[in-house]
Amino acid sequence: MNFDFSDDQKQLRDQARKFLAEKCSPKAVRVVLDGKAPYDKELWKGLAEMGFLGVAIPEEFGGAGAGHLELCVIAEEMGRANAPVPFSSTVYLAAEALLIAGSDAQKKKWLPAIASGEAIGTLALFEGKGNPAPKNVKLTAANGVLNGVKKPVADGAIADFAVVAARTGSSGRDGDISLFLVDFKAGGVEVKSLTNLDPTRGQAEITFKDAKAEPLGAAGEGWSILTQVLDRAAVLCAFEQVGGADRALEMGRDYALDRIAFGRQIGSFQAVKHMLADMYVSATLARSNSYYGAWALSTNAAELPEAAAAARISATQAFQHCAKNNIQVHGGMGFTWEFDCHMYYRRANAMALGLGSLSYWEDQLIDRMRKKNAA
Amino acid sequence: MNFDDTPQEAEFRATARAWIGANAPKQYEDELRKSSLGRTVLKNANILEVAKAWQKRKADAGWACLHWPKEYGGRGASPIERVIWSQEEGPFGQLSRMFIIGHGMCGPTMMAFAREEHKRTYLPPLASGEKVWCQLFSEPAGGSDVAGLRTRAEKDGDDWVINGQKIWTSGAHYSDYGILLTRTDPTVPKHKGLTMFFLDMKSLGVEVRPIKQASGASDFNEVYFTDVRIPDHQRLGEVGDGWNVSLTTLMNERSAIGAAVSTGFPELFEYCSSLMLDDGPAIEDRAVRSKLANWAVKASGLKYTSMRAISALSRGERPGPENSIGKLVAGSMIQDVATYALDLQGASGVISGENAELAGRFQAMLLRAPGTRVEGGTDEIMRNIIAERVLGLPGDIRVDKDVPFNKIPTKGRG
Repeated sequence: MNFDFSDDQKQLRDQARKFLAEKCSPKAVRVVLDGKAPYDKELWKGLAEMGFLGVAIPEEFGGAGAGHLELCVIAEEMGRANAPVPFSSTVYLAAEALLIAGSDAQKKKWLPAIASGEAIGTLALFEGKGNPAPKNVKLTAANGVLNGVKKPVADGAIADFAVVAARTGSSGRDGDISLFLVDFKAGGVEVKSLTNLDPTRGQAEITFKDAKAEPLGAAGEGWSILTQVLDRAAVLCAFEQVGGADRALEMGRDYALDRIAFGRQIGSFQAVKHMLADMYVSATLARSNSYYGAWALSTNAAELPEAAAAARISATQAFQHCAKNNIQVHGGMGFTWEFDCHMYYRRANAMALGLGSLSYWEDQLIDRMRKKNAA
Repeated sequence: MNFDDTPQEAEFRATARAWIGANAPKQYEDELRKSSLGRTVLKNANILEVAKAWQKRKADAGWACLHWPKEYGGRGASPIERVIWSQEEGPFGQLSRMFIIGHGMCGPTMMAFAREEHKRTYLPPLASGEKVWCQLFSEPAGGSDVAGLRTRAEKDGDDWVINGQKIWTSGAHYSDYGILLTRTDPTVPKHKGLTMFFLDMKSLGVEVRPIKQASGASDFNEVYFTDVRIPDHQRLGEVGDGWNVSLTTLMNERSAIGAAVSTGFPELFEYCSSLMLDDGPAIEDRAVRSKLANWAVKASGLKYTSMRAISALSRGERPGPENSIGKLVAGSMIQDVATYALDLQGASGVISGENAELAGRFQAMLLRAPGTRVEGGTDEIMRNIIAERVLGLPGDIRVDKDVPFNKIPTKGRG
């Protein structure tokens, strides 16, 4: 049994960590946090040059042709560094949707551009409140154009194209939904930035007014494709969350070792020690669940839906838990803008909602476990 | 990343599976499979006898204490082979419960500190289950603070004379031997005045009294020592070095990698899958689903954490510290799961025993659970271990560290 990453994959993780430590310091993240740039363009370029953006994209489409396990280890480091770039939207959502359902021409057009850092993509699914569900998709597609409003759309304001979920039927079934590709340069797209919990990852409202669109995948297959995309993204995001949780735990641990109160290291108080031990527990459970998700993703196993939901829930909980208690360990200083704790708190809570909320994924997990037991 | 055996592992697994298939006491398989929660009981047989017979059969064929050297009754197997064996042994592994302390703690301590002739005499019958061992550490005055123990050992010629009391000794009532931690010098700080021995539990002056637990059952004992004589050659380690010797024992306590820990989750999921609530099936209830999902990811997280440790063993590496979370997570989880299962039963959840829902399975789980969170290291001790050994946080400030043992206060109030 080797339920672990290979030595090469671990080396890639070290390489990514080193690269991000250099190019994505907290100071660099703060440029975006403070609103001085919509994302870190230099870092994005560097990630393309390192081959990280196209690591799971086949060579024939301009990628490195490695695989999802390689993408998982990079994702972990992106989370650890709190990278202010549209990595998850472009790589986990848009690129994966293209890989699953794109025509050869669509793949040729967009995947090389993603790998080289020239194109930023995203998924436009949500329309206000609510979780992923066919009935929540109201935006319509007819005669090759889309009409409707999507929000929130992650990285929508800096995207070059989007995969858009649209209603093409009214039977009340999953088959009512189809996916479309929209090139923002083709017109009919209005983008408005929205303030959001995590300014290092933008959110937007996108209004489609007779926006030209081409089908992505077969008509009526949209929901089925979307489910697969969300499952893959759930695993990949889980690795970002695991990386973020680990970093928040490390920050808390380091502070507990350095800070003196009542004449002793605060890490010698059991109230603080035990809080940190519990953070380690949730981070470890999340990592192990995520490894299982990675295995299922990389082997395209029948277990992927269940594994993805478990990884999603566990990693979401761990990142939120570690990020909030990291602030608690830091005390008052943890609540300042100056300390980095809040960046992870913001990211953790934004990520907890991005692919649908925790309660949505809890529901999904139970459905999928029941299906497996029935089978 | 894969879950596949290496060719050697596959071969070992096939051999183990074939032998178990041909030799295991299959008539008890169903009962053993269902007894994962707390106590293992067989309706029409004495579990002690069945367990001893199975252990002896394994030992005769070279399947006992796999990781021990052959000359002491083991197989000299690798850690990963030990894991594969326990996976294959499955429910029959329940029968090893009465040997866990002896095989997991006493044996390794004897191996590290006993004289060679004692090892050759005592270890093989321990491996084969013919002799059962217990561990006599905890005392009324020393639980989590083991080094606070007061049982005295005083030198008298070539013997030591033991007086005092131990508590929470698992299996003392059916044990033949025990390892015993004593205080030989109360005038030095507490960790420095301890000495370890092994002794015959039938020695004159040893009295075993069962403890009636809060759950109503009796799995543990108090053991009283009145002028019990132990020859000096049964001393383990140097006089005054008992603390170091006991660390060897305790480090082995939770090192059983790959052993499945009970969380109660599979039982709860199965229960909820068929349970009808007042307004429909439990499994379709939003609140029930949320609870189940939260426990599901803890249970799967523990399972895959254990897989990661097994993978390290398979590569010939030492598993990382992540395995230390198992007991902490599972202990409080099984308590919460049991509480919730009864909540789902409404007022009738109060009824326990054979006539209750599922023959009182969750009620029994609830009553046993507090012990799980205390035995073998309390939740708080486990958190200390994670914080100190994994995260590198400072140890607790110990106000009694440099104080002679007989000057440490013994009472809180009044």
